[in-house]
Amino acid sequence: MSMAQAIERFVPDGARVAMGVALEPLIPFAAGHEIIRQRRRDLELVGPISDSLFDQMIGAGCVRQVTAAWVGNVSEGLGHCYRRAAEQGIPRSIVIHDHTNFSIALALWAAAWNAPYIPSRTPLGSDILNRNPGLEMDGDLVRVHAVRPDVAIVHVQRCDAEGHAQAWGPMGITEEAGLAASSVIITCEDLVDPAVVLRHPNRVLFPETKVAAVVREPGGAHPSPVQGYFNRDHAFYRDYAQASRTREGFDAWLEQWVLDLPDRSTYLSRIDLGALRMSDE
Amino acid sequence: MSEAPYTEQELMVAVASREIRDGDLVFVGMRLPILAYAVARNSHAPTARGLFEVGLMRDQPATEFLGTMGDPPNVAGALWATRMSNVMALLAQGLVDLGFIGGAEVDRFGNLNTSYVGDPARPKVKLPGSGGGADIAILSRRWVTLMRHERRRLVKDVSFITSPGFGDGSPGWRGRHGLLGGGPAAIITTLCVLRFPLGGGEAYVASVHPGRTFAEVRSETAWDIRAADDMSETPAPTDAELASIRRFDPGGFWTRG
Repeated sequence: MSMAQAIERFVPDGARVAMGVALEPLIPFAAGHEIIRQRRRDLELVGPISDSLFDQMIGAGCVRQVTAAWVGNVSEGLGHCYRRAAEQGIPRSIVIHDHTNFSIALALWAAAWNAPYIPSRTPLGSDILNRNPGLEMDGDLVRVHAVRPDVAIVHVQRCDAEGHAQAWGPMGITEEAGLAASSVIITCEDLVDPAVVLRHPNRVLFPETKVAAVVREPGGAHPSPVQGYFNRDHAFYRDYAQASRTREGFDAWLEQWVLDLPDRSTYLSRIDLGALRMSDE
Repeated sequence: MSEAPYTEQELMVAVASREIRDGDLVFVGMRLPILAYAVARNSHAPTARGLFEVGLMRDQPATEFLGTMGDPPNVAGALWATRMSNVMALLAQGLVDLGFIGGAEVDRFGNLNTSYVGDPARPKVKLPGSGGGADIAILSRRWVTLMRHERRRLVKDVSFITSPGFGDGSPGWRGRHGLLGGGPAAIITTLCVLRFPLGGGEAYVASVHPGRTFAEVRSETAWDIRAADDMSETPAPTDAELASIRRFDPGGFWTRG
């Protein structure tokens, strides 16, 4: 299935979407950019940290709510679009449900296990408790209420056409996000024969019954790193941080890198992926 | 100052590295603490281990530049690549000896704000949020934060507690609220090292960095800060510490910015 078809079918306006669930690696930027191109609106984004992708989708006006532990640019600092939305309602106001990295993982595990909540010590003593209705005191502990995404979008190294996905490197909250979600969109570097992945069934991330779409999208995580394939493009993150300082700068960036491009392959033709490719695997 | 043999950041990294004890399990975080871990591991803490919430455990620090903890050079040579929940399991069990947390604002009781400056409903500045900071503050045995020493950052009371230190400063606040760990052990700034009384309370100046004065610290701190009776000068980075820092940050991305 093409990226455009997968987003068209499985990411409707108003959807609760989990992305960037491996933290800094394997961020599904190509999927996020297609969501922006298709002008999705009123999304709720769910994730742990987001290394610039949520910032871009907020700046593009796709987002009604953010349910996350951290939104910014990991090597550069603040998320300028996130700031403008939270501080000035530009391009629109957003609702923020703050989490910690641990509590968003627990919220997704609760949904994965179909439990209403998981009792936790985190984030006791934090004002986050007062800002997020999904975190509630219960005696000496916190009830971390379940967060169930409509769809999780996960970039992996390889997958077969049936949805047997395999990823490696640190996994963040990938597994709980996929299990918690009603369905999963896989975007992958390599689309492989089932025999390749089913030789190691322990390493299949999700049951095939959860996977709604598989999209072959090599380089689909740029500028984030893909273990065994690509290093992180630090300069690209730096340039994005600079450009997005003003609304005008962000709008120009978005036109250049997303809106004026028909698809990911055009984007990649403007990137020196070879310079980022890992040589040792 | 132009001929200083080391930068403010290099001094902070050296001081932070001395907080790591041999054998510690360290929740490393990003930026300067990664360098502090590398320095410690190569000198006085050869059996320390580093945990990264992205889902990694390491013994040796990465040998190439890291922009983030999830970069491939941090995976190469890792002892364990896993899911975040597994790393958090160790934290939740109280097995993490030391954590590093980044902060935009800290108050006299060691509470960190990385969420909202001003009214959260209409913030003056929306900061990125907790990440794993609150988890480390609540659950690690002790933790340390590094910060530029400015009046707007070292405030009397933070407007929002993202990562709790000693709360309202009253004795036993952490225990009463069910927080597992011991709280902040030190605030390392560009001017000095702040520490806390045993069991919690208000931060005081334990040592002032070479070339700096307590008067400077007072004028850059937004509460009436006290000096320790035995306040000293922070030992400068040694040649070995500087060599180690420069080996792991060869371009000076983190320490010469």
